[in-house]
Amino acid sequence: MIPGPFAYHRPKSLDEAVALFAAHPEDGRALAGGHSLIPMMKLRLATPEHLIDLGGIVTLKGIRREGEAWVIGATTTQAELIGHDALAAGLPIIGETARQIADPQIRYCGTLGGNVANGDPGNDMPALMMCLDATYHLASATGERRVKAREFYHGAYITALAAGEILTAIHIPAAPPGHGHAYEKLKRKIGDYATAAAAVMLTLKDGRIATCAIGLTNLAPTPLLAEAAAAMLIGEKPDQGAFAAAARAVEAIVTPTADGRGPVEYRTKMAGVVTRRALARAATRAGA
Amino acid sequence: MNEMSETREAREAKLQGLGCKRKRVEDVRFTQGKGKYVDDIKLPGMLYGDFHRSPYGHARIKRIDTAKAKAVPGVLAVLTAEDLKPLKLDWMPTLAGDVQAVLAGEKVLFQNQEVAFVVATERYIAADAADLVEVEYEALPVLVDPFKAMTPEAPILREDIKDKTTGAHGERKHPNHIFAWEVGDREATDLAFRDAEVTIKELISYQRVHPCPLETCQSVASFDKIKGELTVWGTFQAPHVVRTVAAILSGIPEHKIHVIAPDIGGGFGNKVGVYPGYVCAIVASIVTGRPVKWVEDRIENLSTTSFARDYHMTAEIAATREGRVKALRVHVLADHGAFDACADPSKWPAGFFNIVTGSYDFPTAHVAVDGVYTNKAPGGVAYRCSFRVTEAAYCIERAMDILAHKLGLDPAELRMRNFIRREQFPYHSALGWEYDSGDYHTALQKALEAVGYSALRAEQKARQEAFRRRETREIMGIGVSFFTEIVGAGPAKNCDILGIAMFDSAEIRIHPTGAVIARMGTKSQGQGHETTYAQIIASELGIPADDVMIEEGNTDTAPYGLGTYGSRSTPTAGAATAMACRKIKAKAQMIAAHLLEVHHDDVEFDIDRFRVKGMPERFKTMKDIAWTAYSAPPPGLEPGLEAVNYYDPPNMTYPFGAYICVMDIDVDTGVAKTRRFYALDDCGTRINPMIIEGQVHGGLTEAFAIAMGQEIAYDDIGNVKGASFLDFFLPTAVETPKWETDFTVTPSPHHPIGAKGVGESPNVGGVPAFSNAVNDAFAFLGATHIQMPHDAWRLWQAAEALGAQG
Amino acid sequence: MKKIPLSLTVNGNPVEALVEPRTLLVHFLREQLDLTGAHIGCDTTHCGACTVDLDGRSVKSCTLFAVQAEGATIRTIEDLAAADGTLHPLQEGFREMHGLQCGFCTPGMIMRAYRLLQEIPRPSEDDIRAGIAGNLCRCTGYQNIVRAIAFAAARLNGENLQEAAE
Repeated sequence: MIPGPFAYHRPKSLDEAVALFAAHPEDGRALAGGHSLIPMMKLRLATPEHLIDLGGIVTLKGIRREGEAWVIGATTTQAELIGHDALAAGLPIIGETARQIADPQIRYCGTLGGNVANGDPGNDMPALMMCLDATYHLASATGERRVKAREFYHGAYITALAAGEILTAIHIPAAPPGHGHAYEKLKRKIGDYATAAAAVMLTLKDGRIATCAIGLTNLAPTPLLAEAAAAMLIGEKPDQGAFAAAARAVEAIVTPTADGRGPVEYRTKMAGVVTRRALARAATRAGA
Repeated sequence: MNEMSETREAREAKLQGLGCKRKRVEDVRFTQGKGKYVDDIKLPGMLYGDFHRSPYGHARIKRIDTAKAKAVPGVLAVLTAEDLKPLKLDWMPTLAGDVQAVLAGEKVLFQNQEVAFVVATERYIAADAADLVEVEYEALPVLVDPFKAMTPEAPILREDIKDKTTGAHGERKHPNHIFAWEVGDREATDLAFRDAEVTIKELISYQRVHPCPLETCQSVASFDKIKGELTVWGTFQAPHVVRTVAAILSGIPEHKIHVIAPDIGGGFGNKVGVYPGYVCAIVASIVTGRPVKWVEDRIENLSTTSFARDYHMTAEIAATREGRVKALRVHVLADHGAFDACADPSKWPAGFFNIVTGSYDFPTAHVAVDGVYTNKAPGGVAYRCSFRVTEAAYCIERAMDILAHKLGLDPAELRMRNFIRREQFPYHSALGWEYDSGDYHTALQKALEAVGYSALRAEQKARQEAFRRRETREIMGIGVSFFTEIVGAGPAKNCDILGIAMFDSAEIRIHPTGAVIARMGTKSQGQGHETTYAQIIASELGIPADDVMIEEGNTDTAPYGLGTYGSRSTPTAGAATAMACRKIKAKAQMIAAHLLEVHHDDVEFDIDRFRVKGMPERFKTMKDIAWTAYSAPPPGLEPGLEAVNYYDPPNMTYPFGAYICVMDIDVDTGVAKTRRFYALDDCGTRINPMIIEGQVHGGLTEAFAIAMGQEIAYDDIGNVKGASFLDFFLPTAVETPKWETDFTVTPSPHHPIGAKGVGESPNVGGVPAFSNAVNDAFAFLGATHIQMPHDAWRLWQAAEALGAQG
Repeated sequence: MKKIPLSLTVNGNPVEALVEPRTLLVHFLREQLDLTGAHIGCDTTHCGACTVDLDGRSVKSCTLFAVQAEGATIRTIEDLAAADGTLHPLQEGFREMHGLQCGFCTPGMIMRAYRLLQEIPRPSEDDIRAGIAGNLCRCTGYQNIVRAIAFAAARLNGENLQEAAE
């Protein structure tokens, strides 16, 4: 499988990159880790005329704490997310999710920005970012704007990212100490997209669920935030009855497609199963 | 070195002969990235070929326009069926007596069928230009369900033969019918069923899968116009057959065709056949006068070259209430895809499926097979098995479990009651085979003890009760499988390919210093022939294996042979090797006697030398003898020390084994986890236990993949689904279970060293072991037979259907 | 398509070349540099037969453009044995433990294990299995590959080889 021809650009700075995207708003594509794009190009499902490689822009990389938020550069790789000690201590669900993406080689190359920006409903990070209420920083020739992850995904491969825009960083609110988390992914094998996956963040107070957010992967054309399911858990005891009710609420909002991972009915039920299991694991971690 | 003072054990060990865990010779180059595979070949001026393929499963070709493709700078030629017609190469014969389109002319019959072949100076340019070939199609109704193939309303697929009422294997009942094949005693079988106390009947399907070696099919063809010679390097499991076919197809004399199979990155049956890519590369080289390389990509591999299985088997057993089997009746509907390109011995349209009575003493049996065309890729190869043996083993092993369940008998106990007994060998089966040797009771008993079978059954019972009490959502299955294979095709009396008897060969030359080169007609694809054949020679001739070089795959130098598949290398070429050694040994004995100045009856062979009987201090080593053979041969003897043997085996060999799988299934998700897998193999004499164990690990992993997830499926309009590694289930190290291996040794009485072959046993026995474990887990909920593949969603559905959810 | 200049270090040697931007790294290594140890098995970033070491990461060279390796340091299977021909402990382990059959996945598998052992010098069996989960093998069933890597780890750590073999 051979990709089609393209012109290659390797900007050294964000300004240079922004200028290149301004020059090629329709036929330019960003190349970060390339592990979503290059396979598509080899199948000739993607045929960009200009490939703008973000790999040479050092300012797009890195993980740092800014006040009450984590700021993660768009070209930070999954392996770097896994290997970051402070992040692992403060927001361990990021590493837990990253570890369930693809395989070791792909995690060395695949980036957080690439994973969240291309709008592939199979990617794991978008649902997590919705769960964590992250904000995406987008740069273009006309300046910078911020879009909430929860408002970014409009359809399969359709996002709020406008022509000529680049995702530069992801801001994630810090999580309270003692929170419970889980990313539960059901998949056929290593390297597969989720049959169903759920990201859960919650806190407990006096033995009851005080806050809760649930993100869902590969169960609709976009990642989903299961707001009703999360809302009905607030004030409840973290037990199997409550989790089962939330799982049913999740099953009501998912619209998976039938594919090699199973028919719609199965994948719908699995949405419930992973939600239940993620909630149980998160609650245990929160001290339930 | 003092040859006298060495112990016999030390001399024996130095040989690294039979039974030695000799490290592999091949690994020195493979671990350093120095293997030489087809795609590593680079020739001056070499061009690259790439296919334009059909997006339709069934369509009429209205027009092909290659102008845009030809206009791409770097493109030298674009071949279509029109270009091949004058050469009579637009169709090619298949091994099964059918013909297959090399490039589609009037119609395409499966998705991704080859339509045009673009030849360019670079791989990338060929790929670009292949996209620019313009083809106008008229879509036709698609036939994907083999059960609808012979209905009156089914679209006729093969217009080229629609009026032929007979095919290569007799009468055709419908234009989409390929053959009907029958064996056994129909009347006696029907009678046994009529009078039976207990019967079972089940449709047991074995889904379409693909052998999928890690290296795809590929070739480089180079035609020398001046000499009129053609050289073809390729991924060929049977290079000599490829040369013969190439000679017949091209009209180039066979001695002017050089076929070379270099290192091969796994075959598993995928690389037995001849594919359009090979033919097109050859034609393109003849047309352009330059070498042409063709390399399949993975999607092309999974969707076009040689599927396996796709057998739909309706099995019936008649038995007594005590569990004695009385008769077996099987009907098979075989989906062969668009062309019958099965790689079976020519007289066997359903391979050796009539081994389906398995390890059991059935007094009578009857098998009927109907082959049909569908709009799917051709193939029907033996994916890590002897021809259709894995289908047969799956069929009988599932059927025996279904019978056990119906009788309320333990599956192991039912097998014990019906095994062919040790004293019955050589055993004549109801379907016509003569099993060479076996000791089934001992093997299964050993397996049951090794896993603690009765404790496992007790645990299972407790777990079932806990499940019923809703204390767990996991169920436990114990899969027992006992298989008998039939391998080593085969005796000339019943096996040939295109008329060539399925012997195999070895040519062994001992050089003056005692170093050896030996060549065989087979071709390793990872089995380690360079290591193991040398071990046979070491033990037979008393020359250290390290002094023996094995060569295969070059038709110019190797003796003619039928190649490596169907676990035939050890039974045929391995036997030829031993027999050639014995010819050499007879001559060596004459030379030794001459040197020792005694009569040849007065010398005897002893590990690595001939010695005078009763006088062990008087001896000549094989090294001494080799030197003498070239320097001063005894009067009346030809100089030199070499031999060739073409071995026509008197019978097949019948390896067997007992496998037990313990599995836990989460009914909420359908996810199955293999807790334990024990495999006992009896492959007769064991040449290299390390390699045997490796073969068993690999075959079990393939069996695991097949049973638990592999499937090449088609949608209703003929689109092939899941033809890449995203969907086609190849387990990683994380999903793959851990394997426990064990063995018994029951030598083959007719093989020169008693060996039977092992490479395919684990696939043949493994698939039913996994499937029986799954079915055993669900049996207490009322399941009779759950079809493969047993992937998570299907197991969840099974649980749902049995009311085990919620 | 216009070729552009590329400079990088491969197996310790500086390399200057002209490449088409779309040239995949694996094709650059195999066809321009004649380093044919890395193989192509799947085309879809699943099998790992094309794995090489790039700037301290194991990467699938079929899913990188050669131009992305500008300035990089690459090590391939061809450079793993010592100059005098002594095999690397991983190469020795694969032979010793029968960790290969057809040999097609082996270079990628070894190069992946090479990086794994730099990151986890004393891996558990689960570490090894997870660590090579991006590499497919059709022949061995992985069990002997796991033993081969454990053998190499023991040798690199100066530990008892017999235990690793068990």
